[in-house]
Amino acid sequence: MSTPRSNLEVLPRSAQLVLVLGLVALLAFPFVGSDFYVQMVTRMMIMAIFAMSLDLLQGVTGLVSLGHAAYFGVAGYALAFLTPADAPVSLWWTLPLAVAGAGLAALVIGFFVVRTHGIYFIMVTMAFAQMVFYLFFDNKALGGSDGLYINFRPDASVFGWLPFDLEGRRTFYYFTLALVVIVYALLRRLLWSPLGRALAGIRINEHRMRAMGFGTQGYKLTAFTLAGALAGLAGYLWGAQTGYVNPELMGFHMSAHAIMMVILGGMGNFAGAIVGAFAFEYLLHVFKDITKHWQLLMGGFIVLVVVAAPRGLLGMLGQRRADKAQEDSHHG
Amino acid sequence: MDFATFLIQLLNSVQYGLLLFMLAAGLTLIFGIMGVVNLAHGSFYMLGAYLAYSLSGHFGSLALAILGGALLSVVFGLALEWLLFRHFYHRDHLDQVLLTFGLIYIFEELRSILWGDDVHGVPIPQMLDWSIPLTDTLSYPAYRLFISGVCIVLAVALYLLISKTRLGMKIRAGAFNRSMAESLGVNIKLIHAVVFALGVGLAAVAGMVAAPVSSVYPNMGSSVLIMCFVVVVIGGIGSVRGALIAALLVGFVDTFGKVLLPSVAGMLVYMLMAAVLLWKPEGLFKQ
Repeated sequence: MSTPRSNLEVLPRSAQLVLVLGLVALLAFPFVGSDFYVQMVTRMMIMAIFAMSLDLLQGVTGLVSLGHAAYFGVAGYALAFLTPADAPVSLWWTLPLAVAGAGLAALVIGFFVVRTHGIYFIMVTMAFAQMVFYLFFDNKALGGSDGLYINFRPDASVFGWLPFDLEGRRTFYYFTLALVVIVYALLRRLLWSPLGRALAGIRINEHRMRAMGFGTQGYKLTAFTLAGALAGLAGYLWGAQTGYVNPELMGFHMSAHAIMMVILGGMGNFAGAIVGAFAFEYLLHVFKDITKHWQLLMGGFIVLVVVAAPRGLLGMLGQRRADKAQEDSHHG
Repeated sequence: MDFATFLIQLLNSVQYGLLLFMLAAGLTLIFGIMGVVNLAHGSFYMLGAYLAYSLSGHFGSLALAILGGALLSVVFGLALEWLLFRHFYHRDHLDQVLLTFGLIYIFEELRSILWGDDVHGVPIPQMLDWSIPLTDTLSYPAYRLFISGVCIVLAVALYLLISKTRLGMKIRAGAFNRSMAESLGVNIKLIHAVVFALGVGLAAVAGMVAAPVSSVYPNMGSSVLIMCFVVVVIGGIGSVRGALIAALLVGFVDTFGKVLLPSVAGMLVYMLMAAVLLWKPEGLFKQ
């Protein structure tokens, strides 16, 4: 079932300004922030990539996946398996391989889930993610419930020449930022490509798309696979940054957090996903600081957002503009 | 596997399946009639287990605890429906997913504040604390049979309620064509409240009768919730009969998978689901 909520595909000026200012702030941040906060913002950027990847399904195609964390986790684990205990491994082949692995997992699972609709899709994506979770959780060879350590960050050297060293906190920060920008640009382009238009058409009316001769299942599977691969990119970065992966990365809380990020920022335009990821991670940090009963605050906050601001932060900007336009037309 | 072991595993699988059915029946009814995805359904199972722990300590009797707990959980369900859920019947699934995910956090934290994060045991009542000998060494605990018995009684009661009573007729009418039922004078809001409270009550009772066997621990709702989703997907949304058959099937595959293929046991049930999806994407008994 499609989501009837209108999406903010064309960003209002105010939102574009927020994005540019945000980018400038992110570029400057490592020069003013402490190590702790540089790491925290790196994590936020990784989550922003993860949230953008989900937005392709949730906001653009109208598919609510409650199992997106599975692909995030698969790529993190791929890095863990590929990195030997005593030496770093090359970035240049492990990154594509991990991303391809996540994409492949999404392709296989997607083959089953795109046959379903609405509530079924939600439940089935969640169940398959849980299957992947148990695969890693139950098998000692795959790390079991304790997870795996990654002793070294990937090595970026090419034939002995080292363009940048990811072990450096700032370098890793800028590497992640560059990937956020690349993924955003790529997805914005995709949004206005024939593929993106077809996906948006599926969200709005899948039956009509099929009647017009679009093979909607193939389109949905493409979106699912691509979203899984991009989630894998985020998972790879997560593994590289934290040096540790465990089954929780694939858990249902992680998937639900990503949904929350996309909702919080506003769906279907990728900018909202970035804003939402930053806002959500920051709130999580603040709530955990305030009380050990942070789940109560987070739960209350989520319920409040759903009840009060279902179109997200950017949606509120757009809403004001729409209201104003309507007002003007009344007066004019 | 000799016959006694097989019998024990078979009884275990039936007991597990019936327990899943109690949860999945409420879940599938709430899906089918109100169109709500309820991720917090597992929390009602947890609520039941913790109520059994507290009340059985308080009353000194599990039977009284189950009666009292069932009443409390139904009242809780009515309050929750009135306060939150009834406003979400017409919202899209995404909002329902988020609302109920937020509720999981709230319920888990309230559980942590009220009961702490320790694992607790609930004693098996003395009357049922014995075993049926099967061979010289193997026996089957009577309490597990009691669990199955309670579930069967409730399943029959649910069947009679839905198919033989006036209330059940209204529930079916509401599920079949909401606006038609409404214009024929059925108070659909009341029906929704009743169905929701019924679902909460069934889940809580499942948690209560299972508590002495499973013990009582944090996050116990999550894993059982996902199993229930699998059951509902296999059975077909809205079909109570489908839920029963799917629950027994899942119980069977899970229990025997753990014995025969321990390395992939955790995944077998999901493979079963994948196979059903290939064959019938809308479940075995789509209404």
